[in-house]
Amino acid sequence: MAIEVRNVTKRFGEFVALDDVSVHVESGALMALLGPSGSGKSTLLRVIAGLEQPDAGEVFISGREATQLRPQQRGVGFVFQHYAPFKHMTVADNVAFGLTVRKRPKQQIRERVAELFHLVQLEGLGQRYPAQLSGGQRQRMALARALAVEPEVLLLDEPFGALDARVRQELREWLRRLHDEVHVTTVFVTHDQEEAMQIADEIVLVNHGRIEQVGSPRDLYERPANEFVLTFVGEATPFGGDLVRPHDVVLSALPEEDAEEVLVERVTYLGFDVRVQLALGDGRRFRAQLTRDESERLELATGQIVYARLVRRPSVSLAHELANDVG
Amino acid sequence: MIARVSLRAGVLAYLAAILLVPVGLVFWRTFEHGLHAPWAAISAPDARQAFWLTIEIALVTVPLNTVFGVLCALAIVRRRFPGKGLLNALVDLPLALSPVVVGLALYLLYGRAGWLGPWLTSHGVQVLFALPGMILATIFVSLPFVVREVVPVLREIGTDQEEAAATLGAGSFAIFRRVTLPAIRWAIAYGVVLTTARALGEFGAVSVVSGRIVGKTETLTLYVQDQYESFNTTGAYAASVLLALLAIGTLVLMTVFRPKEGI
Repeated sequence: MAIEVRNVTKRFGEFVALDDVSVHVESGALMALLGPSGSGKSTLLRVIAGLEQPDAGEVFISGREATQLRPQQRGVGFVFQHYAPFKHMTVADNVAFGLTVRKRPKQQIRERVAELFHLVQLEGLGQRYPAQLSGGQRQRMALARALAVEPEVLLLDEPFGALDARVRQELREWLRRLHDEVHVTTVFVTHDQEEAMQIADEIVLVNHGRIEQVGSPRDLYERPANEFVLTFVGEATPFGGDLVRPHDVVLSALPEEDAEEVLVERVTYLGFDVRVQLALGDGRRFRAQLTRDESERLELATGQIVYARLVRRPSVSLAHELANDVG
Repeated sequence: MIARVSLRAGVLAYLAAILLVPVGLVFWRTFEHGLHAPWAAISAPDARQAFWLTIEIALVTVPLNTVFGVLCALAIVRRRFPGKGLLNALVDLPLALSPVVVGLALYLLYGRAGWLGPWLTSHGVQVLFALPGMILATIFVSLPFVVREVVPVLREIGTDQEEAAATLGAGSFAIFRRVTLPAIRWAIAYGVVLTTARALGEFGAVSVVSGRIVGKTETLTLYVQDQYESFNTTGAYAASVLLALLAIGTLVLMTVFRPKEGI
């Protein structure tokens, strides 16, 4: 076991950031801490790194009790949300920092830095300053710097938060490949469920300082433990007194058994996907998600009457009054 | 356009009236009969003594206040402790307090009837009317400058870089030397220049505690007044010019040190 967090509680004044949280991370895993902002996921990462002291509970890293250890002694690599580059040092000196303070021989440092530059594809940029790099390059520099000291675990705080959508997409794929190459136990924090599902083997969903569910991306999506998980991971819409996935709503032109008569209010084309906003006879609204082909077969248009039913069993029962609010 | 030109003219005229003309007059009166008289005046033993005393006081004061200022700024920005607000307010006290009051306070503490004076005197330590008292007074009045320059810069750079260095294995001192210090070095340099200028120019507090013994405890500022009051205007002007040149020297240093991306 690479990381074990046992019953950790952390308060900031009156605010409870972490409430009796326990997490296990297997060696070599790639895990996402997913949750809305203010949920405590970053605090949990900082507690693992030793940048915050928990008020209660214990942290073990590679089987070693680490709760009282300072960040310097924990063998963790940490990548900050805004990369925290040492602005007055060159990119090469940034990457070499951990080795320099460990007083490694100069030749060894040079070789290791060259190796890392190759790994994160920053060759030829060593003599620049961080301010002269793009956001994506700065991110990779921060990663190389954290990896330089061969940490037992790599912790990343919202690693792609400050990048534009395209670079973010590229870096996600790159991080996944990097992990498959380097195999260092990695935990990253994100508020983006798509990012978590795309990169991680396992997701820990955090909300209000508590863990809602731990599981593979597929577990969380298909077997959500509660309504929060269902609505946070993927989309959900009220239908027939339940919260369901919009793509589990099946529309047909003719009446069917168990199908409700509904009015098409709005059709939105998103390329492969088509989102349809529908209203039941009593005015309650819900959404459906279809492929473009299905939508064309039904010739969906605003004002049309169609018949809706569920393709699978509903995931979560929902109090009836809630169904009026979501739409 | 006209508004801009008249604004510039207005500001320059104001600066000229307030600063340049009076200082210029000092230079003109000093050198109006040539270089010989002023040179002789500042070469006089008492003048030289005053010059070196001033330098000596600055050389002790500036390093002490720099070290204290950096430590104090680190404590204010990076640590949480009870009484932090009080410390932050106390640092500004020398700016608010008249130097004469500072001098008087030291007099009351170290004087013949003061709390510490008799005990120190019986142990052979002379604070008042001697170098230690003058240094204490100068340290007091020039205390806030390094702190006030470094605090906002420390706040602005935040803790990310220091935390990153910690996770990379750097100890507290290595973090300070390799990460924090390079980030605040311009603020320190600027604070040092201001502290130096203040230390060289201090008059009120030093005047009270020095006893103004000619040729012994007279700094350049005290010497200027002393010469002026003894109707030796040449000596007063020459020493003034020397002080002004020292001030201009620190100003030039300040301009050189000021980071280019600043104002």
